[in-house]
Amino acid sequence: MDQQQLRGLIGAVKAGQVSRRTFMRRMIGLGLTAPYASLLLTHAGVAAAPATFAYKPTKAGGGGTLKTLFWQGATLLNPHFAVGTKDQEGSRIFYEPLAAWDPDGNLIPMLAAEIPDIENGGIARDGMSVIWKLKQNVQWHDGKPFTADDVVFNWEYAADPATSATTIGSYKDVKVEKVDRFTVQVRFGKPTPFWADAFVGQRGMIVPKHLFEAFKGDKSRDSPTNLKPVGTGPYRFVDFKPSDMVRGERNPNYHEPNRPYFDAIEMKGGGDAVSAARAVIQTGEFDFAWNMQVEDQILTKLETGADAHGRIEITAGGNIEQILLNSTDPGIEIDGERSSLKTKHPLFSDPAVRQAMKLLVDRASVEAHIYGRTGVATGNFINNPKRYASPNTKWEFSVEKANKILDDAGWKRGHDGIRAKDGKQLKLLFQTSTNAPRQKNQAIIKQACQKAGIEMELKSITGSVFFSSDVANPDTFRHFYADMQMYTTTMGAPDPEDFMRQFVSWEAASKANKWQGRNVPRWQNEEYDAAFKASQGELDPVKRAALFIKMNDLLVGDPGVIPDVYRPRVAAISKKLRVLLSGWDNDFWNLKDWHREA
Amino acid sequence: MSRYLLRRLAIAVPSLLGISIVLFSVLALAPGDPFEELASNPNVPPAVAASLRTKFGLDDPIMLRYLRWLMAMLQGDWGFSFVSRMDVSTLILQRLPTTLLVIGSSQILALAVALPVGVLSATRPYSVFDQIANTLAFIGFSLPTFFTGLLFILLFSITLDWLPFVYRADLGVTGWRWYWEGARQAAMPVAVLGLFQAASWTRFVRSAVLDVIRLDYVTTARAKGLAERVVIIKHVVRNALTPVVTLVALQMPAVFGGAIVTEQIFRIPGIGSLLISSMLANDTPVIMAVTFVLACLVLLFNLIADILYGWLDPRIAYR
Repeated sequence: MDQQQLRGLIGAVKAGQVSRRTFMRRMIGLGLTAPYASLLLTHAGVAAAPATFAYKPTKAGGGGTLKTLFWQGATLLNPHFAVGTKDQEGSRIFYEPLAAWDPDGNLIPMLAAEIPDIENGGIARDGMSVIWKLKQNVQWHDGKPFTADDVVFNWEYAADPATSATTIGSYKDVKVEKVDRFTVQVRFGKPTPFWADAFVGQRGMIVPKHLFEAFKGDKSRDSPTNLKPVGTGPYRFVDFKPSDMVRGERNPNYHEPNRPYFDAIEMKGGGDAVSAARAVIQTGEFDFAWNMQVEDQILTKLETGADAHGRIEITAGGNIEQILLNSTDPGIEIDGERSSLKTKHPLFSDPAVRQAMKLLVDRASVEAHIYGRTGVATGNFINNPKRYASPNTKWEFSVEKANKILDDAGWKRGHDGIRAKDGKQLKLLFQTSTNAPRQKNQAIIKQACQKAGIEMELKSITGSVFFSSDVANPDTFRHFYADMQMYTTTMGAPDPEDFMRQFVSWEAASKANKWQGRNVPRWQNEEYDAAFKASQGELDPVKRAALFIKMNDLLVGDPGVIPDVYRPRVAAISKKLRVLLSGWDNDFWNLKDWHREA
Repeated sequence: MSRYLLRRLAIAVPSLLGISIVLFSVLALAPGDPFEELASNPNVPPAVAASLRTKFGLDDPIMLRYLRWLMAMLQGDWGFSFVSRMDVSTLILQRLPTTLLVIGSSQILALAVALPVGVLSATRPYSVFDQIANTLAFIGFSLPTFFTGLLFILLFSITLDWLPFVYRADLGVTGWRWYWEGARQAAMPVAVLGLFQAASWTRFVRSAVLDVIRLDYVTTARAKGLAERVVIIKHVVRNALTPVVTLVALQMPAVFGGAIVTEQIFRIPGIGSLLISSMLANDTPVIMAVTFVLACLVLLFNLIADILYGWLDPRIAYR
């Protein structure tokens, strides 16, 4: 889809000929994120349509204790230090961003009075700045007022490299200025079509200036408030035991009426995912369990049990299990590194082999026999949940076609049934982390490859080694000393740019950058690079979207990466609990609205 | 006696140094990185992980890091957790009460079962009671705790729905309900650990009593016409328990160390689960502190056991 078609489609949405949801589906099918697709519409002047969620309670409090279970508990409660989502969720009980992402990618104001757009003058037409108006009745839990100074401070705090904030990526390239007591302006160094990053969603939570001011930069780790959060959120801090328990009580001065419903909240950590599912669905000890990485068969069995207390909710997000093809030769060592950029992969350098490989991934079996509802087959790089199924994305599994491609390319079967050409046999080493579903997945691919005359050796590496950034260990996914490898990438940011950066040529992982480069498959494509560079300076969100779609097509078409299954977020929820989960933000993004129905 | 103590304490110093060197180098050489989750997240610039590594001194040579750790430890600073960004001592002290309560009660339960059952079996060897006790003891220590734990959960929580299987250190209730809820949630883990321990101790008590019961002075006591109860309690058990006391004393470090598997199954926020979550997160200062403190406790309780032994058995002299 090029930009003309895209413009036409947006026009159709504006005129009401195409529904907003259909548009979103198609965009996601093309490799964009829901927030980005939503932004395209807002930019074109189509009003946002927030997901509907009926909030029934007519007064705050009275709901008892909300008990949530996280099999990995929060280890720290400063959102700027959050390492994984577990820490973000823990912080989100107490802290709020200016705005959050709903499941359809709409921006919902939290501490902002309204969402900036072109009509209300919030977004500058040149894409160089955005103005946020803040709510005026907001108090920190200690009674101090929340003002523009707090927002500006968060930028200073996170952008300072000495603070070592994990959120630095959202703040380092912007400048934030106070306009008046309740207005801030975010200014960008270059035209920035995707303006909703700083102060928004997972990395946008705002901490109070008056408590953190003395602990900026080098002293950041000494702040007592790191462990005793004081925020603006619906619950106030009571108690915290790292990786075990976070407790909060209702904030009586919360800035939205009749909220929150619960008198207290508990976030219990530890244990394993299966027993967490049991505690919610079977025994009803808990109301909510996060991230159910459990085989779908078990979940279904629990859910359909005689007196199930809970249900499973599946939320579309941006995680995908992918298979990476190495573009370089892992067998030759040059200047102390294998998989060096100076080499070419002896087998994958033939496009026929790559195309054949693409046809040999039996996603339907992977979905049916391994993941079920928790891993949906996808042929697209970013994601393709069923309800967003797009006619533009297709994937195919066909051993016959793969055989034909290889035959045509001159790869002849030898006596042992293994194909060879120019003395090179089609033998591949396929590695992944040790994890039962992944090993089953490997076996399914190996089986198909055997039928196509490709011999595959499987290797599994302990997760703590495979995913480590240890420079000295050759078994990490970054070293990629194998022909193929498989793992899940998380699309944490609503803007696809960071995600797409993982495949530009200059980001290739190598000894020179201590294997810190983002481009692990070392995939090199000039056209992709050019499209990426063009997208960076592109102010028009539609043109930029078209460039992202092009990059996605190049990557998946070549293929540098073979998408396998899309992994939605899965939560176990008590039958009476009403929540609205979003795949583009934390599970607790609208904790203020969570309530129980009789 | 005091010279003996001093000598033992002096020997303990080089052992502890040796232990700390081994622990530290094993942890330093082990693969993994506390900031790996940051490194594989496309949204976090690599510079953040690099600056954190520098900040926490992870890029320095092992020798330097060890010496720094040793100096801090000597001053009573147990280190700073990479993952939770708080003092390790706070982390450990937060979890110690729960571990002491759960593991401590399980050891008491084990003693309460093992002593009477062991003594009774020994006084009536090869009787029906002895046979049953033996069979149960064999079953008890051949079933691992992770298996019995899951079995208990399946039976008492899921099928019968009597007991909760998620342990909460802070119950949020007061008064009698606190005791009641506390007892309910501790019942399964204490039973799992206590019965496992009781099984092996029963066997031990039985053989210790059997060794003593055949001795001549016991026959003499009986010949004097003392009641069987008096013979057993005053003459037999007292002497038979000397080795049992040693065994129990040596078991004490485990009370502080927690029970990794059981704590994980029941989500008990004890030292064992702290150790395992720190290992999974490569939080070396916490692993180092917990293992080192355990090493100290093992040495300490060895010493206590030796001293107790001499006190219980005057034939042993200290030199």
